[in-house]
Amino acid sequence: MDIPRIPVGKTIEAGIDFLVEHCSFATRAFSDVLDTGLDIVQTGMLALPPWLFIIIVSLLTWRLARSKRIALFSIAGLLLIWNMGLWKATVSTISLVIVSTLMALMIGVPTGILAAMSKYVNKTVMPVLDVMQTMPAFVYLIPAIPFFGLGKVAAIFSTVIFAMPPAIRFTCLGIQQVPKELIECSEAFGSTRWQRLVKLELPLATPTIMAGVNQTVMLSLSMVVIAAMIGAKGLGGEVWKAIQRLQMGKGFEAGIGIVIVAIIMDRVLQKVGSRKQ
Amino acid sequence: MEKIRVENLYKIFGPQPAKVIPMLEQGLSKGDIMEKTKHGVGVNNASFSVEEGEIVVVMGLSGSGKSTLVRCINRLIEPTQGRVFIDGIDLTSLDKNELRKVRLEKLGMVFQNFALFPHRTVLQNAEFGLEIKGMDPEERSKKAYDALELVGLKGWEDSFPSQLSGGMQQRVGLARALALDPDILLMDEAFSALDPLIRRDMQDELISLQERMQKTILFISHDLDEALKLGDRIVLMKDGEIVQIGTPEDILTNPADDYVSRFVEDVDITKVLTAESVMKKTEAVGHIKTDGPRAALRKMRKNSISSLFVLNEERKLMGVVNAQDCAKLVAEGSSDLRSVICTTCKTTHLDTPAQDLFIIMQDLGYPLAVVDDDNRLKGVIIRGSLIAAIAERGGN
Ligand SMILES: Nc1ncnc2c1ncn2[C@@H]1O[C@H](COP(=O)(O)OP(=O)(O)OP(=O)(O)O)[C@@H](O)[C@H]1O
Ligand SMILES: [Mg+2]
Repeated sequence: MDIPRIPVGKTIEAGIDFLVEHCSFATRAFSDVLDTGLDIVQTGMLALPPWLFIIIVSLLTWRLARSKRIALFSIAGLLLIWNMGLWKATVSTISLVIVSTLMALMIGVPTGILAAMSKYVNKTVMPVLDVMQTMPAFVYLIPAIPFFGLGKVAAIFSTVIFAMPPAIRFTCLGIQQVPKELIECSEAFGSTRWQRLVKLELPLATPTIMAGVNQTVMLSLSMVVIAAMIGAKGLGGEVWKAIQRLQMGKGFEAGIGIVIVAIIMDRVLQKVGSRKQ
Repeated sequence: MEKIRVENLYKIFGPQPAKVIPMLEQGLSKGDIMEKTKHGVGVNNASFSVEEGEIVVVMGLSGSGKSTLVRCINRLIEPTQGRVFIDGIDLTSLDKNELRKVRLEKLGMVFQNFALFPHRTVLQNAEFGLEIKGMDPEERSKKAYDALELVGLKGWEDSFPSQLSGGMQQRVGLARALALDPDILLMDEAFSALDPLIRRDMQDELISLQERMQKTILFISHDLDEALKLGDRIVLMKDGEIVQIGTPEDILTNPADDYVSRFVEDVDITKVLTAESVMKKTEAVGHIKTDGPRAALRKMRKNSISSLFVLNEERKLMGVVNAQDCAKLVAEGSSDLRSVICTTCKTTHLDTPAQDLFIIMQDLGYPLAVVDDDNRLKGVIIRGSLIAAIAERGGN
């Protein structure tokens, strides 16, 4: 008995092909622009001598997290990375993470706000988020290539998609959690919807939104590493190389570098987030 | 002028509120409706109005729909049916933006649960309404400072609400509404978390504010003493319905039904207060042996009163004389008060409950004499000061 196969894959492929055919001129152009921007960020960061960069980062973590321990850890961790010869790769990864996080937040936070304000937006966005979060991360890499070509921009694209859901969810949740009586109060005093958002909901949602930001950063980092497969280079690229050549030591060194970057970012963001309360 | 008017207002909670209204009209009770349809009755056919410069106190037991009623007035809760007028404008017909403007320009509200913004300092909380209005920062913080000083929170401006006690938080909520200086103040149990002393201060402050500024105030309370003290009129609610509207005296003397009299009785300190505790010392009395009409008149004039109680040789109460009759005697050249003493004047015993005094004093043209077992004059009660005395002492 032959049941005809439903052409799920084929249909999606056709859809994407169609999009590629008609949009790729735009996405390619966008890709070029973003590539240049990214290069500037990266070259700028590399222009600093590593020791100066390390001092700046540790001062920054110290100021932001108000914790000596985290600052000391940053110094030690970054020195180790420098020592292992992974400096350039690390800077590349950090700049990728920064750019993709910013983009994910720029799209995610406003979307989250809209989803909190409108039932319809909410009903449309939430199922999409479910799909985005359960879809294996690798799958995003495939369509990224035809749109943006191999390389960093494709990596950023898939990273943004992968890392955005928590930003949307947490923003929406934070706003929805604002106590009803406070909303009543702002209404009673005649606030406009915008005033209510800016003066009440966003400030109260900030800790929750910061938790979302933290997750977005962590997801960006993990995706940037995976995106090494489509030419993102950086620390992920080092791991990828090590896998292909079966160099266990190199692989672990790059892995440790990633862990160090992740810990610094996570602690700083956590401290910043909880301080807002 | 009428500031607030509520016409046949209903608020039913539940999925199909409109279906419940006919049942209410048929006279089903709140309990029946809850049982049959699982709908909650918040407000049931309420109609009343508040005049400019008036304080109306809405009273009732917990769950009687007081908060729901005020929230319907500024439409924080959409009424199921009925209309609400503010300055003659039908609020129920306004769209969102028009409604917002009315709230912004005319209505201030103090919340039962305070509803302070946890991320703002006390000063920023007090500024909130002005900020929404778009007042410039300097002016609004000055007004907020003044309002905070008025409620006795000077020096706490930079604290956060979580650092304040319940009573202090409530005063921040009060300052937030006062800073706005709105025509109409809706105050939902605005003093309930205050200790007796501060509470009395705040009540006095509210009364003087209202006298100075002619504010229109709808005040919610479940405290009869507070209602008696503040209210020009009192609206009594039960199960969402208004059971009586009247002056404090009306409510105390002519309770509309059992609920009101029980209410009045339950919370009422007029029960425990007696004639003795509300009477005033007699400033002047006449003595039948020594005082003629001239002396009596002089005493009345000196104390700005129009009638005088007269005692006999044993200092027992004989009766009362009024200024007119004394003047006549003087004109006739008579020197004996006996002929004009009204010996049938009403008296009351020291132990009479204050509640009963209202009835005794109805249509009384002179103060009520309070006497002991031996008919000795102990004090007098003046009608106007009776309510004040009750309200005053009830506070503790
Ligand atoms: N959001 C709501 N949903 C359902 N029922 C409600 C809601 N709000 C109030 N009610 C019901 O309406 C009735 C009146 O409540 P309301 O809060 O107005 O009482 P209240 O007189 O202010 O009482 P209290 O003195 O305790 O503040 C209650 O029976 C309550 O259960
Ligand atoms: Mg209430």
